[in-house]
Order: sequence, then C-alpha cells, then structure tokens
Amino acid sequence: MEFGTSGMLNEDGIHVDMDRLKKGEVNLGTSIMAINFKDGVILGADSRTTTGAYIANRVTDKLTQVHDTIWCCRSGSAADTQAVADIVHYQLGMYDIQNGRRPTTQTAAAMFQELCYENKDRLSAGLIIAGWDERHGGQVYSIPLGGSLHKQSYAIGGSGSTYIYGYCDANWKEGMDEEEAVNFVKGALQEAIKWDGSSGGVIRMVVLTKKGANRHLYLPDTQYSVRHQ
Amino acid sequence: MTSIGTGYDLTNSVFSPDGRNFQVEYAVKAVENGGTSIGIRCKDGVVLAVEKVISSKLLKPGANKRIATIDRHMGAVSSGLVPDGRHFVSRARDEASSWRKVYKTPITTADLASRMGGYLQAYTLYSSVRPFGITAIVGGWDSELELPVDGQVGSGPSIGAGGKVEGKKYGGPGLYMIEPSGLYWGYYGAATGKGRQTAKAELEKLDLAAGKLSLEDGVKEAARIIYVAHADNKDKEFELEMTWISNLDGPTKGRHEEVPKEILEEAERLAKKALEGDDDEEETKEDDKPAEEDKMEE
Amino acid sequence: MNHLPQAWGRPRDDVYGAYDSSYLQSHGPNQHTQQPIVTGTSVIALKFQDGVVIAADNLASYGSLARFTDVKRLRKFAGTSVVGFGGDVSDMQYLDRLLNSLDIEEAYSSSGHSLNAKNLHTYLSKVFYKRRSDFNPLWNQVLVVGLDDDKKPFLASADLLGTTFSAPSLATGFGAHLAQPLLRKVAPDEETASKLSKEQALAAVKESMKVLFYRDARSLDKYSIAIITADGIDLKEDEKLENQSWAFADQIRGYGTQVN
Repeated sequence: MEFGTSGMLNEDGIHVDMDRLKKGEVNLGTSIMAINFKDGVILGADSRTTTGAYIANRVTDKLTQVHDTIWCCRSGSAADTQAVADIVHYQLGMYDIQNGRRPTTQTAAAMFQELCYENKDRLSAGLIIAGWDERHGGQVYSIPLGGSLHKQSYAIGGSGSTYIYGYCDANWKEGMDEEEAVNFVKGALQEAIKWDGSSGGVIRMVVLTKKGANRHLYLPDTQYSVRHQ
Repeated sequence: MTSIGTGYDLTNSVFSPDGRNFQVEYAVKAVENGGTSIGIRCKDGVVLAVEKVISSKLLKPGANKRIATIDRHMGAVSSGLVPDGRHFVSRARDEASSWRKVYKTPITTADLASRMGGYLQAYTLYSSVRPFGITAIVGGWDSELELPVDGQVGSGPSIGAGGKVEGKKYGGPGLYMIEPSGLYWGYYGAATGKGRQTAKAELEKLDLAAGKLSLEDGVKEAARIIYVAHADNKDKEFELEMTWISNLDGPTKGRHEEVPKEILEEAERLAKKALEGDDDEEETKEDDKPAEEDKMEE
Repeated sequence: MNHLPQAWGRPRDDVYGAYDSSYLQSHGPNQHTQQPIVTGTSVIALKFQDGVVIAADNLASYGSLARFTDVKRLRKFAGTSVVGFGGDVSDMQYLDRLLNSLDIEEAYSSSGHSLNAKNLHTYLSKVFYKRRSDFNPLWNQVLVVGLDDDKKPFLASADLLGTTFSAPSLATGFGAHLAQPLLRKVAPDEETASKLSKEQALAAVKESMKVLFYRDARSLDKYSIAIITADGIDLKEDEKLENQSWAFADQIRGYGTQVN
C-alpha cells in the first residue's frame, strides 16, 4: 500500500493530519470548583474538553484523585494538568509509604505549588486542590496560573468561573450540610455551563469526608436533577 | 576485649563470627567517655542539657556551644566525639531544610530522628567509613495547631474546616536518642555519655510517663541531674549548658532557645543545694515518693 | 518498517520524513517569558519619631478580576521587620519562604543577633538584582520597614530590577503617584519625619489608603496596617477603610449643563 507524504488521513484510517495534531492543543476550557462544607469538601466540574470550538470529549472527568481523600480539579491544558497530577499522585504515594502516614491536603498543595511555580514559563495549569484528613478536616486550596497558593473556603476556576462569581458570592454559606452543599455546587456549575461556551456536558462531583470519596453524576437531559452515580 | 587481635574489629563491613560489628561497639566506647547529655520530655516542652567538661582554663566560659538548633522548633545535643556531633548537626539541618523545601512545613521530631537514624546506620555498612562516635539526643516541639503551607495566603472558612475528627491531639513534645549503630527510640527521658547510668536512674524517679512534669520543673531537674551525674567525675570542672523548647503558649513559643541566664543560674543554685543536702535528705525523699505516686493515680 | 522500540507509536519516517524537532530547540537567548499573573497593588509606608507605619490592601487581582480578597501582603520576618509586597503573589510566597529559611539559618548560631530590617533589605535587593541579571526577575516591588543597626526607624524599597531607594515616606505602584505626594506633605524630609507622632503618621497613611481606594481600580477597602517600633510589631490584618466621602455624589447631575 502506498502512503502519500501529506500526512492526510489515508485508507488505513490511522495516519492523520500531522500539522493539525501538532498545532491544536487540547484545552480544558472549563468550569471547576471545590467547597468546604460541614463534613468535609466537595469537588465539582463540567465535562467538556475542547480544541478550539470542537468538543474533543463531552464526558471528560476533570476530577482527579491524587491520594485516598485528596483530589484536584484540573483546568487549562489537559496535557499539562494530567502530567502535574500524575507526578503529585506518585509523590503522595511515596510519602505515604516512606513516612508511614497519609499525606495531608497541605502536603499535596505544597507539591502542586512547587511544580506550578517552578515551571510557570512552561505550564498552563489552573488547579484546585481539595482534600480531607482527620486532623484538618476538609480543605480547599487554589493554585492559579502563576503558581501562587491560596487557601479558600471555596474556590472556583476555569473559563466558566468568571460567569458565576456573583452567584457563588450571593449564595455561599459556611457550614452547609451535604445536601445544601451539593445543590450549591450544582447550581453554580449549571450557570457556568449555561453561559460559558467552553463548559458543558455532565456535572461530576466528588464528596470527600471521613467516609472516603463518593462520586456524584448529573446529566443535562434531566436538567441535572437526577443523581446517576 | 577478647575481640582484639582476631581481626574482626578492624573494619566496618565485616561481622565477627558471633554476629557483632566491633567498630560500632568501639564507637559506643567513645560515647561513654564523653560528657553527660540528657533530654527530658515534659508535658509542655522539652529540655536538653549537657555537662561540658572544661578541657582548658583558656577556654572562654559560655562560648563553644554544644547544643545546636536544627530548625526553629528543634535542637540536638550529643555525647562523644565533638566533631562527629557537629557533622551530625550539619546533616540534621540539611534534612530539616530540605524537608521544608519539599513539603513546605517543618519536619516533625519523629521524622528527623528517622532520617538521622538512617544516616547513621549507613555509616556502619561500608569499610571506607567509620561509625559516628556520638549518641545524639534530639528534642523538639511539633506544633499542636493546624499546619499551614509555608508562605500560603488566605485562611479558609471563618468557622474553621468541617469534618475534623474531634477529640484527637496532634503535635506536642518529641524526644529521641540516636546511637552510633543508627538505632533510635523515642524517650520520656534520655541520657548518654559518662554519667548516663546515674542520670537514667534519676530520670526514672521523675515518673515522666505520667506526663505531669512541667517544663519549668524540668529545667530544674535537668540541671540537678547533670550535677548528680557529674558527682562521679568530681575531679574535673564542668559547665552546664541547657536549652529548651516550650509549647506555643510557653516561654519560647515553640522555638528552640537557650535557657535564659537567670533561670539557668537559679536551676544551678538549686542543683548545688540539692547535692549538698543529698546525704541527710535521701531518706525523707524515698518516703515522699510513693505518696506522690498515689496522688497521681487518683 | 522500523522495529526499534524507540520508534513505536511515532510517525513513520518513510511516510512523513524525519521528525522535525527544530521547534523543540530554543534558538537564541534563554528566555523566561515572565509577567505577573496574580498581583497585589500599592504598598505605602511612612516613618515617624519612633518607628514606621506601613499599609497594603488585602487584594490579589487576576487581571482586572478581584480574585482573592484575603491576601495578607504585609509579612513579618525575624520578629523585627515587616516586608510589604506589591506585584506577583507567587513570587511573594517564594520570597516569604526564602526569608524564613534565612531566618532559620541565622538562628543556628546562638549569638543573639537577629536580622534587622536593614539586613533584610540588603539581602532582598541582592536577590532581586541576581534574578533580573538572569533575565528571570522576581516580579515584585517591596517596602522593607523596621529598625536599622542604630535602632533608628528604617524604611527602604527594592524592586524587580534590583533598584533600591530610601526616603522618609515611600509608596509602590499606584501609590507612588497618588499616595507619595500626600505622605511627602506630612514628612518632606527626615527631620520632619523624626518629629511626627505615631498618631499623625497613622492618620496620614490611612488617609492615603482611602485615596488609593478611590482612584486605584485594582484596590480594595480591606487592608493590613503595621506599626514597627523598638517595642515590636503591631500588625493588624483585617482593617476596613473608614469615613469615606461619597455623599457629595448627590450634587452631581449630568455631565455639564443638565440640572435635574
């Protein structure tokens, strides 16, 4: 079989346009958030991944586990944030083994910050770290583009977050119970999905408490009203 | 010393047929010749003290410190070869600062002891090195509060984080003793050096496990114990050096610092007094002890 | 077909030609593309007879977005000094840790000497200059306040270029334009500053913070303020601007001739 040298999609269906693949970066133009509540933390995210205006993945999971009860929300370049999360996942695993105890959310936040700060020239990663541990309870940290570290009672991030600063500020209450907290996250993400073209798809959540990690899934065709997971 | 001349004691990397590493045992001998060091783990802090035998009248009193700061909240003292002690301290500081670099939080006393235990142990494995001629006592106060990430900004929920497991305590005093073999244990009271037997006997009388001794009293006991331990070595003059680490509400606010001059001198005065009155008060002291213990059990 | 594992999953050279790795190599000088991202605005400070007052608001902006409203930009060091940070927040955190490690090393020797504000300023300015010479600047402008070797009030600035400056009153960023003239009126020279009372200095600084809030679009009405004297550091981090003047807005109608 003869292949051209253009790199265009050919009969074998494998060889694709090299130029396009090299150029277009897969981006998580995203809506992500994490909040403190009475029993711990909740992480939430939409599920849209885009390359330009094309939705490369409509059911993405942007909530990434880096330890038992330490998770992060990823926004920015998919490749960069996955690489960073993979490194921290490994480091936290080693920490647990070498020191014989679980890392705290602070440990994870410190590791994420080091990577994001020292490589700020190369990375486009906006991360929210949320975790639960016995000593400190639930905690939320935000690491925006430059690699600074901010402890917050709740954090929002990604392109969609700009549309919901008002919603969150107006509806935020400290010490909500789980049901209230889930509804707060869902309500905020619904607005973000509604107004931000780069956000969409399903709403995923992870609830982190002393009982461990618990996933939620809400679908757009039922107005996010039914919990599917 | 039946081992001498057998050849098994000439290098580190060779066991004797009955499973001993003689180089390590010789290192312990070096420790046993050094001035007494002790550490006391009190309920609200840790005291470190050392008997500095004055080797020359030309040495400036109060100079040539033997207790070193490892990190803000941690100090170390050692008995044995002084230069080996300095190298121990240098490595401990590196460990503490590299921990801070990586995890952006102070190292705990337990973790520092573990790292240093590992470091000393490595010096028992190779023929190219000799073991450390010291036994070191590391004392520290691990913050009982929630730990921030160094340099972080922002403060989280104003009502505090949700989902904490209540009723558990964290942080507190830490005291570890690390031997030339790399062996280390955590202690309520630790003693090493020439007067260790006497000092240990005195430490055991304090019932430290009960966790009742205050730092303030610990300082006095530490001074007294060094003086008592020195009694077996009376012909040589010595100088007492003491440091302490209190809890965050205490006098040092969680930092490792020298015991202030006035408090040190007062403790020394009481120590000397206790030593003078030792002979006639011994009996009554023995009687008092059980009564105190009964009280503690109530 | 190339059977070497190194080639697995890679485009075939016979089809696409050898991989053009030229874009991976950097041509020309080493570049650290840098710009501040999360930023703090002005810091202002004024000397008085027995110390220095310093203030900065609690905002960290993300472009024009008021993103973090609880960022404490006045940071204590060595129990003797306060550094007020303007500019990039991640670099502020880096410097915070750097100065803390310096303080820890300083405590290794029990000489009882701890770093004063003058020492810190010298150190910081050298760090800034080194980094700008590496074309990798720390994007900050800072004010260092405390006492000097003679226990006299000390106030100096250092910035991302390694430039240093000292004066009875100093301000960074927008403050250099808006607050500095106001502070200079209160303390035109060292002599006048050395006669100012604490209350006078506090009032001048608070007034300047108010003007900055009126006219700096990247500012906030919540701020931190510290007074450093020989007695120590009095740092308050949750202050709110008081006695603002807005009511005159009711006199304003239209933009020229309109009367209703």
